[in-house]
Amino acid sequence: MSGITPEHYFVLSAILFVKVAYGVIARKNLIIVLMSLELMLNAANLAFIAFSRVHGNMTGHVFMIMSITVAAAEVAVGLALVVAVYSHKDSLNVDILKMLKG
Amino acid sequence: METVLFYLFAALAVAGALLVIVHKNPVSSAVSLVLTLFATAVLFVLLSAHFAAAIQILVYAGAIMVLFLFTVMFLNLKPGALDFDSKNMAFKGSLILAGLFFVGYFAILAYNMAFPGGSTAALPEDFGTVEGVGMMLFTDYLLPFELTSVLILAAIIGVVAIAKRRES
Repeated sequence: MSGITPEHYFVLSAILFVKVAYGVIARKNLIIVLMSLELMLNAANLAFIAFSRVHGNMTGHVFMIMSITVAAAEVAVGLALVVAVYSHKDSLNVDILKMLKG
Repeated sequence: METVLFYLFAALAVAGALLVIVHKNPVSSAVSLVLTLFATAVLFVLLSAHFAAAIQILVYAGAIMVLFLFTVMFLNLKPGALDFDSKNMAFKGSLILAGLFFVGYFAILAYNMAFPGGSTAALPEDFGTVEGVGMMLFTDYLLPFELTSVLILAAIIGVVAIAKRRES
């Protein structure tokens, strides 16, 4: 690894994670919130792979495959919820989900 | 060479993520999402994780992005249906996230203290190949691997139950 240390990858992963976490907090469009959640998982995957490379151990790759499976299941359920919300309320604003409070 | 590739694709990934969270139109966001995911796949190759890079492109850039685009088309959004994003949460959000970033940074510092001089270990012969990852997945991690199939089954049933049309 000439010049590029694993720390570069960790910092990149942290930057990506924090930036898309900002998308989850600040955006009100349900679909874009879901996309940002996907990118958060993706940033975590990058950290998994980088740690795997540091230790010369492939466990991180296995965890990354599990994490991708969870991401796929999550996005399928999330988009089904988006379709259900839009057909009920004709809006994708996150704020209309206040009707869920007890 | 590797330095140039790292900085190029890191910049692409960061730019793609930025575009995802600033675009108003979900279709443009989905295309920027693909940019970030491809750039991340290239970074996986730089980390000698070839199988992970292939999986990343197949599952994320193939399946998940198509799912997003399909849903956006399926919803058939009315013009003006997306005009509600406000900027007033920006300050509070950025404070929280600056805090998170520093927590992450100190975690990296702590990691460096725990593993001093933690440069890269020597790689085994089959590192990152389908054979190496597959052997691990189907021996040491067989039970979690089988349990993910239960997770996917639960997701399928949940999606069908949520998205089907109500009769009323």
